Amino acid sequence: MPTVEFQGKSFSVDEDGFIDNYEDGKCDEWVQYVKKEEGIDELTDEHTKVIDILREYYEKNGIAPMVRVLSKLTGFKLKHIYELFPSGPGKGACKMAGLPKPTGCV
Amino acid sequence: MKHETPLLDELEKGPWPSFVSDIKREAESRKANTNNVEFQIPVDVCEDILGLLELSFKDGTTHWKHGGIVGVFGYGGGVIGRYCDQPEQFPGVAHFHTMRVNQPAGKFYKTDYLRIICDLWEFRGSGLTNMHGSTGDIILIGTTTPQLEEIFYELTHKHNQDLGGSGSNLRTPSDCIGQARCEYACYDTQAICHTLTVEYQDELHRPAFPYKFKFKFDGCPNCCVASIARADLSFVGTWRDDIRIDQEAVAAYMGGELVPNGGAHSGRDWGAFDIQKEVIGLCPTQCMALVDGKLKINTKECTRCMHCINTMPRALRIGNDRGLSILAGAKAPILDGAQMGSLLVPFIKAEEPYDEIKEVIEGVWDWWMEEGKNRERLGELMKRQGFQKLLESTNITPTPQHIQEPRSNPYIFWKEEEVEGGWERDVNEYRKHHQR
Repeated sequence: MPTVEFQGKSFSVDEDGFIDNYEDGKCDEWVQYVKKEEGIDELTDEHTKVIDILREYYEKNGIAPMVRVLSKLTGFKLKHIYELFPSGPGKGACKMAGLPKPTGCV
Repeated sequence: MKHETPLLDELEKGPWPSFVSDIKREAESRKANTNNVEFQIPVDVCEDILGLLELSFKDGTTHWKHGGIVGVFGYGGGVIGRYCDQPEQFPGVAHFHTMRVNQPAGKFYKTDYLRIICDLWEFRGSGLTNMHGSTGDIILIGTTTPQLEEIFYELTHKHNQDLGGSGSNLRTPSDCIGQARCEYACYDTQAICHTLTVEYQDELHRPAFPYKFKFKFDGCPNCCVASIARADLSFVGTWRDDIRIDQEAVAAYMGGELVPNGGAHSGRDWGAFDIQKEVIGLCPTQCMALVDGKLKINTKECTRCMHCINTMPRALRIGNDRGLSILAGAKAPILDGAQMGSLLVPFIKAEEPYDEIKEVIEGVWDWWMEEGKNRERLGELMKRQGFQKLLESTNITPTPQHIQEPRSNPYIFWKEEEVEGGWERDVNEYRKHHQR
């Protein structure tokens, strides 16, 4: 597994840049690193809100929420989530929150 | 070639076009590079793909890693990420992502267009394609992550061409050739396929559904794009007036001047054409007859199976009052068994701007997006919540055509408002008449 160094921290990630260990991603350095990778200029409260909700849901349920559930929990329409995370809720937001890589027919 | 491929070499023998020979030819062409292309991914990608495939032939297992999440900004799908699990041995295919490119309805092309796609793919990809994926897309097989945005930029900015769908969303719709060159087509499959693809771009590019969802458009019940088996919503053309009969042409078939089925069975001697045996006797509803040498069809009993029209295309033609049927719920076996489409709308007109059809689609989506579980296809939701719920969500009144046969079990639900007195009952009231 490749390792990335960012702001003095090192993270073990897969080819797609998803972090291997959820706990390791719960730091500002990880968020800042993914921000750079995912085409996000400035991190706003709305980004943080999406990330916090994803982490909370994942810790409670062991899975990432369905897109519709994420929209309901955050109050953001899917369009707005793409405005915040250009790669979308899976590749963008889940990666930044440190959740495991989405699987299935993608 | 870079790798020895004794097993694959066997597949260069025989009369069928060999994919191995083709890939080898592309490998040679990349090596020679007579057009001086500045290849953006390894030159030997084709040689490494053959090497990797040979390894899989040898040990009988795949050598691609699990999954892969890559894409382009703004979209949640369109690219299928793939990484080889032997990257040191086959560096040319360490990254080998597939891009889905939305094909034109009916898959008609000009060479100009195909050349443009090939030039782009030679430059930024492997030079290997799949024409086409089962869902319909042009499939560009094999490129690296940094090339994805570059390819997307060129496709959209220079060639006015978008990606197809992947993920839990509306996948790329596809259609049969339709009125472009088929006399059976009951509506313009290409027009509606194109119109709805454009209409639902958001749903196609940004996954918002519980799972994948497919449209397919067949011009008639022959189902040349197999919509009834391969689409969550299948659109199958039909008509509701009389089959048009040209009695002179019927006589010509009977007399042997015209060959049955457009000559489809001419490879074998089946004897002289016998209209009684090959058409009238095979009609599933037995609604045809020869009266004084003239063919008669009792339209009311015709289920428009296409058999007689298929057999005598020069004599029998589809009616003039045309439209389509919508069927819902087809899917492959996972999770709870394979399904074909179930008839939802027996007949609907297919006229631009297709508002009535959009109403049905959006009714289905509203219900499924709200009620569908994670990774539950429409067909499975129909099983779990019942066909009745689908009818309610689309405002369609139940009719006998909705079923093949009525239920045989008596576990029938009633709505409370349908039952006099409702569900609230007092046992003491019952006891007044029935001692314990």
